[in-house]
Formats: sequence, structure tokens, C-alpha cells
Amino acid sequence: MMPMPPTLSSLAGLRSALFATLLTLGWASIAHAGGLVGEHLQWPTLQELLRVLTLRDYNTRVVIVGTTLLGLAAGLTGTFLILRKRALLSDTLSHATLPGIALAFIVMTLLLGDGKHLIGLIAGAAIFAVLGTSSVLLIQRYSRLKNDAALGVVLSVYFGLGIAIMGIATRMASGNAAGLNSFIYGKTASMLFADALLIAITALLAGALCLLFFKEFSLICFDADFAATQGWPVARLDFFMMTLVVVVTVVGLQAVGLILVVALLIIPPSTARFWSRRLSVMLGLSAAFGAASGMIGAGISALMANLPAGAVIVLTAASLFFFSLVFGTTGGLLRMAMERFSLSRKVMRENLLRELYEWQESATQAGEIGSEPLPHAGPRLEELLPRRSWSAHSLKRGLRQMVRNRWMEATDSGRYLFTTAGLELARGVVRKHRLWEAYLITHADTAPGQVDWGADTIEHVLDERIIAELESRLPGLAPQKVPKSPHLLR
Amino acid sequence: MEWSFIDTWIIVTGMLSAMSCALLGNYLVLRRMSMMGDAISHAVLPGLAIAFLISGSRDSLPMLVGAVGVGVLTAVLIQGVNKLSGLDQGASMGVVFTSLFALGLILIRQAADHVDLDPGCVLYGAIELTPLDVTTLFGWEVPRAALTNGLMLLVNVGFVVIFFKELRISSFDPALATTMGFNSGLMHYVLMGLVAATTIAAFESVGSILVIAMLIVPGATAHLLTDRLDAMLGISLVVAALSAVLGHVGAITVPTWIGFRDTSTAGMMAVAVGVLFLAAFLFAPRHGVIGKMVAQGLLTLSINRDDILGMLYRVRELAGKGVAAVKAEDLRNALKTGRWVRLALMDLLRNKMVRHTPEGVVLTARGLTAAANLIRSHRLWETYLCDQMGFCDAEAHYSAHHLEHVTDEEMQERLNRAANYPTQDPHQKAIP
Repeated sequence: MMPMPPTLSSLAGLRSALFATLLTLGWASIAHAGGLVGEHLQWPTLQELLRVLTLRDYNTRVVIVGTTLLGLAAGLTGTFLILRKRALLSDTLSHATLPGIALAFIVMTLLLGDGKHLIGLIAGAAIFAVLGTSSVLLIQRYSRLKNDAALGVVLSVYFGLGIAIMGIATRMASGNAAGLNSFIYGKTASMLFADALLIAITALLAGALCLLFFKEFSLICFDADFAATQGWPVARLDFFMMTLVVVVTVVGLQAVGLILVVALLIIPPSTARFWSRRLSVMLGLSAAFGAASGMIGAGISALMANLPAGAVIVLTAASLFFFSLVFGTTGGLLRMAMERFSLSRKVMRENLLRELYEWQESATQAGEIGSEPLPHAGPRLEELLPRRSWSAHSLKRGLRQMVRNRWMEATDSGRYLFTTAGLELARGVVRKHRLWEAYLITHADTAPGQVDWGADTIEHVLDERIIAELESRLPGLAPQKVPKSPHLLR
Repeated sequence: MEWSFIDTWIIVTGMLSAMSCALLGNYLVLRRMSMMGDAISHAVLPGLAIAFLISGSRDSLPMLVGAVGVGVLTAVLIQGVNKLSGLDQGASMGVVFTSLFALGLILIRQAADHVDLDPGCVLYGAIELTPLDVTTLFGWEVPRAALTNGLMLLVNVGFVVIFFKELRISSFDPALATTMGFNSGLMHYVLMGLVAATTIAAFESVGSILVIAMLIVPGATAHLLTDRLDAMLGISLVVAALSAVLGHVGAITVPTWIGFRDTSTAGMMAVAVGVLFLAAFLFAPRHGVIGKMVAQGLLTLSINRDDILGMLYRVRELAGKGVAAVKAEDLRNALKTGRWVRLALMDLLRNKMVRHTPEGVVLTARGLTAAANLIRSHRLWETYLCDQMGFCDAEAHYSAHHLEHVTDEEMQERLNRAANYPTQDPHQKAIP
């Protein structure tokens, strides 16, 4: 795990300043570079746009259909990969295919004279993907190295082996190894009908198998141990799931290349997580995001010369990811910030109501306050300030909000008083607090002097049901009345 | 094999870049962030491209600045995505570095119009060509790549030496480092920046595959061989240097066996370091697979030997003054551990603890002493378990059976004292 940076505030300030500078510099240079890039991009005419949108070109049609289906298949299988926390295994796996491709090429050149039979190359890739995966598992099982080191070792050594064998393949007199590079970078734009057909078959297969084994896969994703105790062949199912990933990776290799196929496996499911946590919905969304990335990316690339399709597809997927990271409904940043904001507003409101209530309570010395607000004993802002660890700024804002909602009113001398509605609300808040205090004292053996803190943290999240439960467990308290505080008030 | 000064320089360049990567790689392996090396070395691509586009040249300095900037940015982004999104470390790494790589590919395609920059060159490097690009240093002609990587190695060695303590503490226990007043977060980003700089220095000459291999594999190999950090650093440097030599020699010899001239040196260096890793994985004394198997085998053997001795002793006890020979076949049937019994018997024969007679195997005088000692441990344990712990049923026999193999002289003596110097065990058998 990554070390957590210290939480000292001065350092944090320095760091965020540094981070902001870095980002600005980064964006400035990217924008500058983008400007340079922009000069070389040829913007499409309306006619070209229409041609691509209606899939009129045979070539464009093949490419767009191919990448869309690939995105769909990768999105489906990638979901399980992410849930099994094996995202980077796909990276290792795709790098490990290279020696297989190169070896298959050499063998086929020697035996058949021509090394570029797609099926043979794919078979070689698949064999080495499985070998690489088993090597990772072996290293993890039989040595002290952790997952990350095992992945890194296998990835780099297999890829190096692949480069070494490729080196031999390119020096072979017979056979033309030039096309092998397409497995590393992909050759989306020159996708053939046969490639698209292969992708379509794979996508169909992946989709069908994901539906067929939905229950089994979800079981081993969420609780493999439980699945094992229920008698499911976990190891075999796991292997089967990984085989699906291998198939999609290998088929995707020459479409978008080694590294970018990894992106298609990882990014769409990660995006889907921001919209739903239900597996079935996630699967569908992930497939949709993958397909959309493939379609939009290939479309943009077809419209503008000089933009490699694989990279544009991945950048499309990445844009979807960052959009969802901000706007997603489950765990999206905006949503979480809003929830946190409204919670802190609620906490502020309830704290203020209780402080004012208790202030008046201790001022009257008469136990419970009647239903009429007391006109005389309102605190000033300066008097409220030391009662809790709130800043003058946030207290002022909270009070302003109280006045705006007509729960309190400020007198001319700067004293704050409840309105009738505010008092009613405050009674509810204080009642919650004291019920929990009473519960802590009678049922959790907490000393009366210490219950205030415990109740303070939880009173904001007590709902009606828990209040009712508390009332039934504390029979001595009269319903609908505010109990007395068990400890001295400040 | 024809050797020339070019080969020497290739090896020197390879060694320097491999060692500078390996040194930092140790900390990546220890911090369980090996894949961070992979991520950063892919993600620096846009940094390179942007540096190109802005400076319009292939000078080292702008590239270095671009790479370090993007390297640190990658680390920040990965941590940010990881923390903000709740995705696990691996997935956030995958999202960030593949996106940056894609961005880099697009930028490089655009940059290709301005400067000669081939993504293939970035991936495989061209270590074979580095000796041709020379610069002069103190009147010597030195390849530029060797100089860059040598400088990088010096910087890395300096960093590791100066911050040895801080790096160690923040790698093994970031929380402790924080309480001791080091900023382990800062350490993390400095390390990532250096990794990016090293990556870029090595990129130019040896390409990204070798960079990833040399970042991770030497450290992982050294981690299998030692538990000490300083030894680990040393071993990883040796492994890196060795694999550079082996790699280049392999690249110009191995293909000739099957009728080809040569192959990629960078690729073969990665293969060489992989072979060294495999060797450590199998044969490391304490953490290797074979080492562990041998240790386990020796333990099994010694337990079987003890069991044979114990059985022969008990038979002798039952037979009184009679013949106490046991057939090897019966031993095998009784102990039910198959071929281990034969191995153990051979070992005992070699040590003159037992001898063969026509009736079967019997104890020698030496064997008798050893067997008596073993039975003494067993019966002392039984007595102790029964008298002191109230553990008298058949289970106690099995516990004693396990414990007898690991009881040494001193423990036997203490056991004797704890059990009040018994003469008989709970089954009324004499304690020898």
C-alpha cells in the first residue's frame, strides 16, 4: 500500500499549493502542446461527418462495428476482473502474450512458409497468456514475494523474452515479420472484415457466457470462501473466468494493441462502479461504456486524420471515467461532497438548537422549559462561541441560517431567541440527545459525567425508529417530554 | 563471437542503466509498489512528447523535466483516484497509466511531424546504437548514453546513501516514519520523481522493457536471497550488472546456435535477469522452492529415523532378553511413510546406528543410546502431560510423539525436574 502522507495542516497546505502549481504547469504545457497539435489536425467537413455517422464507408463500418463489439466484450469480462481485484493481472497477461506471438510466427514460417495466420498467432498468444498467469500464481504461492512483485517480474521478463524472439523473427530471411508490431500498438484503422468477425464472435461468446454463469461468477467475486463451502468448484470457475479474460485480451491485442486493451478491460468497469453497485447493472453499464468508447473513439479517429484510433478509444473511455468520478451517483465526488455538506449543515443546526435550549434551561433553573419561548435570557454570539469548538465564522453562518428559517430571532442587542417553531424543533433535538444519554447510563454503564460526548456524536443520525426503540427501553421517561439532563449543564 | 569496443560500451551502458534502475527498484519491491514502476515508465510517454513539442528538440534536459513532472503527476493521480474513488490500488493504477499512455501516443504521433521520434524506439530502445553517439569527457570519447546513465546512477546512489535511514523507515513502516517526524509522503513523491528520471535516462538507451525489468526483477531476486536491506541493495546491483553482461553475450551468441546472427540486446537482458530470478526462486537457501523442499525433506527424514529407532527400542523392550530384530518390511508397514522409511534406514545404516542381521534390523550400541534418549524424551513428556496437566488419554501419546522429535538435552532435563524425576511413565513403562 502506498504510504499515507501526514495530516499536519501546514504541510497539507504546502502540498496542496505544490499540487495546484504542478497541475497548472501540467495543463499549461499540455494546452501548449495541444495548440501545436491543433495546427496539424484537419477538422472534418460536414459531409465527412455524415458519412461516418451513417457508416456509409465499408472500411469505417468494419472498424466501428469491430471496436464497439470489442469494447462491449472487454467491458463485460473486465467487470469480474475489477471485482476480483486483479486489474493489473490483465496488464501482465497482455504483455506475456508477446513471446507466444513471436514463437508462433517463427514456427509457422518454418512449417508453412507464411507466419501470419491469425488463428495460429492468437493460439500462441493465448498459450503464453496462460503460462504467464500461472507463473504469477506460482511465484506468489511459493515465494515471499507479494502480488505486485510477481506481476512485475512476469510482465517484464516475458515481454523481454518476446522482444528477443521478435528480434530473431525480424532477422529471418523468409517470412515478413513487419505486421507483428501491430500486436503491440494495434492497427485499428486497418481492421479487416475477418478481424471484426473474430471480435464479433468473441463478444457474442463472452456475452453469452457472462449471462450463463452470472450466478457462479458473482458468487466467487463477492465471497469465494462461501462459494467453496457451498461446494462450488471455485478454482475451476476462477480459471474459466480468467480464460474469458485471456480470450478477450488476445482478440483485442491486434485491434487496439497491448497496453490499450488493458485500458478497455479496466476503465469501463471502473466507470460503471460510479453509477451502481449492483452487479447486474454494473455489468450492463460497463458493457455500454466499453461499447460507447469503442464507437465514439473509432468515429473520431475516422473523422480526423493523424489520430490513432486505439489511443482515442482509450481517451474516450478515460473521459467517461473522469466524468463519472465527478458526477457519478454512487461514490461520485460531487454527490459525496453534497451529502457531506448537507450533513454538516444538519449537525451545525442541531448543535445550535441544543446549545440555545440548554442556555435557556440553565438560565431559568426551572427544569423543563414551557412551550412559550423565553424572552429574556438569550445568549449573544460571543457567549455561544466558547461553548463548543466552532469557529466564529461558521457560528455566524449557522445563526444567520437559523434566523432565515425563522427558528430563532435576533434582538436589537444582539441576543438570540427561539421562535415557537424553533423551540419545538430544539425540544426534539435535546430529547434525542438525552434519550441516548439515559440509554448509555442505564444500559451501557457509562458514567453520567461522560455520556455527553458519546451522545453528541450519535444524536445527529438517530432516526424515528431508533427513538421509538429507545423510548420502549427506557420506560421511566414520560413520552413527548424532554427529560432532565443527567449531568450539569455548562 | 566477435568482440569489439562497441560490445564493451554496450555492456557498460547496459550495466549503468540497469544498476541505476535496480537501486531504486528495491524500494518499489519493499513498498509493494512494483507495478508503480511499470505504470510510471508507461506514463512518462506524454511527458516526453510534451517536452518535444515545446522544446522542439531531443535535448536531454527538457525531456528529463517533462518526465519527472509527469512521473510525479502520475503518482499523485494514482493516489488521488485511489483515495477519491475507492477503487483498489491496481485498478486506479490501470486507469491512470493507460490513459496517460494513450495521450502520449496521440501526442507523439503529432510530434512525429516536428522531430524524429519513433514509439518503437521508446519501447525497445536502441542500445546497440548507443556507442555510435559519443561525446568527449576529459579527452576520452564516451557514449552519451553511458554518461547519462552513469550520472543517473550517481544521483541515485547519492540519494540512497543520504536518505538511507529515512527510506528504510518509510518503506517498512510509514506510520512510524510519520511519528518520527519524517514526511513519508514527501519521500514517496521524491522516490517516484527519481524513478521517472531514471526511467527517462534509461529509455533513451535501452527502452522501456529493460527499464521495467531492471526496476523490479533485481530487487525481487535480492529479496529472495536476503533479509537485510543493505545486503539486498548490494545483491540487486550485482544481479543487474551480471544480467547486463549475460544479456549482451546471450544476444550475440544464443541466436547463432539456431542459425541466426543476433537479437535484441535489451530483450535478452530482460531474459537474463529473468533467468537469475528463476535461479533465486528455485535455489535461494531460505526462501527458494528447492531450499524449502530440501529443508522439509531433511525434517521428514529425521522424523522417520527417530521413529525407526523408537520402534526398534520398543520391540527390544518387549522381547526382553530375546532376539529384537525387525524386518525392514514390517518397519515400512508399521510406519506407513513409504520410501522415506528406506531412505531413513539407509541413513541409519551409514551412521552405524542399526545393522542388518538375517532376522532383520537390530540396534547397535550407538543406536541403542540414541533410541533410549528418544524414548526418554517421549516418556518424560507423557508423564509430564499426565501428571502436571491432567492429560492422560490416548491423545497424550500423540502429543508426546510430536514433541519427542524437537526435545533437546536441556529441555529433557527441565522436563525431568518439572515431572519430579519420575522412573515410570503413565503406562508403567520404565523411563530409560
